[in-house]
Amino acid sequence: MKTGEQRRTIVLQGIGVSPGVAIGVAHLIRRVDAPISRYQLPDRSLIAEEIRRFRKALKDSESQLLEIKRKFRDQQEGLETLYILDVHIMILKDKMLYKQTVQNIEDRGINAEWALRMTVDRYREVFSKVEDDYLRERVSDVEYAGQRILRNLAGVHHETISGIGENAVIIGRDLSPADTMQMKVEKIQGFATEMGGKTSHTAIVARAYEIPAVVGIEKITAEARTGDIIIVDGTAGAVIVNPDPEIIRRYEEKKRHYETIEDSLLKNARKTATTLDKHRVLMGANIEFTEEIASAVKHGADGIGLYRTEFIYINRDRLPTEEEHFCTYKKVVESRGIRWSTIRTFDLGGDKFISDARLAPEMNPVMGLRAIRFCLQEVDLFKGQLRAILRASAYGKTKVLFPMISGMEELRETKRIFEEVKKELKRDGIPYGKDVKMGIMIEVPSAVIIADDLAREVDFFSIGTNDLIQYTLAIDRVNERVSYLYEPLHPAVLKLIHRVVEAGHRAGIEVSICGEMAGEPVYTMILLGLGLDELSMNALVIPRIKKLIRSITIKECRKLVNRVMTFNTASEIEFFVRDCMRRKFKDDLQGH
Amino acid sequence: MIIEKSLRIKNELGIHARSAAMIVRAVEHCKSSVVLERDGVQVDAKSLLDILTLACPKDSTIVVRANGDDAQDVVDRIAKLVEDKFGEPA
Repeated sequence: MKTGEQRRTIVLQGIGVSPGVAIGVAHLIRRVDAPISRYQLPDRSLIAEEIRRFRKALKDSESQLLEIKRKFRDQQEGLETLYILDVHIMILKDKMLYKQTVQNIEDRGINAEWALRMTVDRYREVFSKVEDDYLRERVSDVEYAGQRILRNLAGVHHETISGIGENAVIIGRDLSPADTMQMKVEKIQGFATEMGGKTSHTAIVARAYEIPAVVGIEKITAEARTGDIIIVDGTAGAVIVNPDPEIIRRYEEKKRHYETIEDSLLKNARKTATTLDKHRVLMGANIEFTEEIASAVKHGADGIGLYRTEFIYINRDRLPTEEEHFCTYKKVVESRGIRWSTIRTFDLGGDKFISDARLAPEMNPVMGLRAIRFCLQEVDLFKGQLRAILRASAYGKTKVLFPMISGMEELRETKRIFEEVKKELKRDGIPYGKDVKMGIMIEVPSAVIIADDLAREVDFFSIGTNDLIQYTLAIDRVNERVSYLYEPLHPAVLKLIHRVVEAGHRAGIEVSICGEMAGEPVYTMILLGLGLDELSMNALVIPRIKKLIRSITIKECRKLVNRVMTFNTASEIEFFVRDCMRRKFKDDLQGH
Repeated sequence: MIIEKSLRIKNELGIHARSAAMIVRAVEHCKSSVVLERDGVQVDAKSLLDILTLACPKDSTIVVRANGDDAQDVVDRIAKLVEDKFGEPA
């Protein structure tokens, strides 16, 4: 595009991973797509100089990473991030990377940039043929390292990143821990990247700092240029490049609206979720990373209602040690401002962290060897996690939650192992909390049916509606052709939840809910009416749900439930509930 | 002196970045030339990237070959790493 030409407005869709609206100036972090030119060295006598230049770029890159690593360590960031930096440093020092690039320069008499590109391309090709997912992803590490060398060859140093302006929206293909480390993250308005998902590094950083972010946007690095005005709508997952003044005005309004709602809601976030007729509901936050705890507290969580431990296992190349488990759990349970932490044990298929031929990909992983089933087969792994949870329980109120229990034998076996671990700790003189509550997820329909029996064996129930709905209605949520059948308000689903709550209360135990349903304002009255003691959800929606609860009575919730229980289709229930909520809360349900 | 030894990878994750890094650290300062071979593909054990390209899963077999004065010592060191499952928890 020629300069001076009116740049056209482009709207791109991605995955919103951190909510909010940002309007700023695009700052492109060049990486793989940076154009590199090939040129022939005019004279073979220049080869030695070219190699020297390459060597200097390697050295500079290495010292930059070492510097970043030092800063990282000072900030006591996660071990895993440090480890990625170590891998990048080793790549920079790699003998073969050096040898091949030098050889390319010598044999072809070409510039160092192109010679390096050839080496990186070769590794890309080799890795792309590897069957192992993890190793295949190592290409990105080679790319990160390669790009850093290229930047140094170009004489562009990391100042390009740390020297970004006040209103910058960072755009890139993907951001490495080293990239975000160099930025003054507090000053960044937003992130928009091509790669990544909810658990990518960018997403985690963005959520931790509450910066709007959208990832998985195709072609963003090709469409946006440094200096472009750009809007990042992290709530809707949209990015607008070169918005016209009208769009900017609208988004400024949206941003203001979002912030004022947030501000007024946040002001009251720490007030309890108590209905007008004095019925108190506990509010839990669902978290995946310890970085999210501060935000959970700020948004008014009474406790951590669901800590998903899967991320300790995945995205790494080695099983976590008991010590690593322990450190993470300790950080969770001893966090200030929360009254309890419910830690759920491993809830994925075994193939996620063990490369074992016996754990070949399953046809139907949701119903396969996963969660508690897998743990009961790999008892040593399971015990390691339980030991760590129990050890952490000495530092704060801890509840252990076992996923996917489908029957009594499973529960008893789980309890037996749990007690065994306690005994071992006692024997070894290792302290653990005296009052660790033990509960189970109710997400398999069979568990609902025998809930009365299960309730006598545990301290609490937590209903996982996502899976419960999926199993009950026999719907694969990710299959678009049947996803229309996924109906949280299906009469069968409501009856099952009702049954679980009744069974729990008969046995005198608390019943909570931790599926997505809990964070949807439309369902709040229904859930309260059904008698749930605790709702656990994404922390960001807690203020809104709390505000809603404070403006209703438990009596009208029960009345609503009694009424909808007489309907026999999901659409009738849905219509009735939405209509009722709409009449009651004209303003607060917008967007739901 | 050429020393050669065949090793079976025992750790669950096979030779991934961390284990490869441990191999490199164990051999980078030795005098011998050291190669790893799997299924006829041979790579330099002093290069992290090359070791990764072998993509060795659990139960695969690799041959370590060292040539030089400290060959025995180097091979022993790698054998010990493999034997100890690269420090991976059991």
